[in-house]
Amino acid sequence: MLKIENLIVEYRSKEIGQPVRRAVDGLSLDVQAGEVFGFLGPNGAGKTSTMNVLLGFVNATAGDAYLFGVNVKEPVARQRIGYLPELTYYYKFLTAEEILRFYAGIFRIPRNEVENRIDAVLKLVELDHARKRVIKSYSKGMQQRVGLAQALINNPDLLILDEPTSGLDPIGRMKVREIIQRLRNEGKTVFFSSHELGEVEMVCDRVAILHEGKLRAEGKVSSLVNQHQMNLEQIFLKLVGFQPSPN
Amino acid sequence: MHSLWPLALVVLKELVRRKDFYVLFVLTALLSVLMGSVNFFNTAQIARYLKEICLALIWISSLVIAITTTARQIPAERENRTIFPLLAKPVSRGQVLMGKFLGCWLACGLCLLVFYAFFGVLSIGRSAENNWLLLGQALLLHWAMLGILVAMTLLGSVVFAAPSSNGTICFIVSVGILLLGRHLNKVALQLAEPAQSIIYAVYFAIPHFEIFDVRDLVIHHVGLVPAGPVALAVLYAAAYVAVFLLAARLVFRRQALN
Repeated sequence: MLKIENLIVEYRSKEIGQPVRRAVDGLSLDVQAGEVFGFLGPNGAGKTSTMNVLLGFVNATAGDAYLFGVNVKEPVARQRIGYLPELTYYYKFLTAEEILRFYAGIFRIPRNEVENRIDAVLKLVELDHARKRVIKSYSKGMQQRVGLAQALINNPDLLILDEPTSGLDPIGRMKVREIIQRLRNEGKTVFFSSHELGEVEMVCDRVAILHEGKLRAEGKVSSLVNQHQMNLEQIFLKLVGFQPSPN
Repeated sequence: MHSLWPLALVVLKELVRRKDFYVLFVLTALLSVLMGSVNFFNTAQIARYLKEICLALIWISSLVIAITTTARQIPAERENRTIFPLLAKPVSRGQVLMGKFLGCWLACGLCLLVFYAFFGVLSIGRSAENNWLLLGQALLLHWAMLGILVAMTLLGSVVFAAPSSNGTICFIVSVGILLLGRHLNKVALQLAEPAQSIIYAVYFAIPHFEIFDVRDLVIHHVGLVPAGPVALAVLYAAAYVAVFLLAARLVFRRQALN
């Protein structure tokens, strides 16, 4: 479903003489169909760079990434994915309905299916009542749910979510979690990054922990907990080398 | 093409929901009507005078609409980060540029239709003479010229980060070409080498917007322009559009998004 092989992402500094910064260093991952996969790491670990390669925003320096067996360099690789960015900004002069119709058009969803899909996703994210309001009048939580709706408009087999609950209130978080769980029950694959380790423990089948661009651990949450004899948060802190202060 | 149409529609919706076009149209209409109502020459030439003023205002407004609408497209996508969910869809950067071009060009066409319809109605009110076919030709050529301008501004929008600097440069360049472009070869003749060759190179490289300007023919009721030269002018515009879009695609293809 999602495969990454020896991925290296480097950024050149614009200033002369500055060294090349390696954001991802030889990362290999394989996400299977139907699983919820948590992609963890502290800020600057290389999560967003990896996602940027998967989504075609950035070209890999070396290595390859595939979605459904198609190299991510091909736009068609993104035909069956849904993506929710960490910060959702959409065309604020459009209504939720219009924005979904726009993205449905990009996916070339047949016209007779579009309205049904829009109805279904707006109901799922509980925005049916506000569908004709322009997005600039939405609260942050509502905008995040529009983001989730656009990620689902093509009925994707794989969802890539970049910190989907970031900045949401507890109710908003719970709703997003519910949606992720519902998608898992429908057999969808979810690949998401998060800083909320409790949340990850709750919804993920497998996790990968990244630090300084390198993969530090990968496996089932229960296996990692058994192997290290500590909870996911403690495992995470140990792997990223966090030293708690003595007092 | 299927992916381009939704992108173009968003540009059109943006134009309809923003106030720029309405403000420019109301200003053009007000100024034209005011000028037309002042019969200070007290001659029969007032109708021609009115047409000249109205067409000049339409040209200025169209330049402003084309440049301001196009200049903000890509920078706004990057600044608002809407480019990310967009490029996460099965659409390439080249298609995004093409869709934006199509939307901006269609938006300009729509504005021109409204402006020229107003011009037609205003002309009828002042004189019985009105060559609607010539007006149609003028609109077509004007629209073709705006195609070049839209493509040029789109190239500017991937080169310059700020829409204001891109807009200012494109406006100065387009007005410069309109006013001075046709005289550059004569200027070159007066100069010594290497300035002569440089000015000649500029003369042959720039798109000559003046060939699309048939305002005098409309004002003085000269007959229709033969179809051949009109077709050649449209092809000339298409060639420049292709060059500018190709350059924009090459720049945008490997550009970092943030």
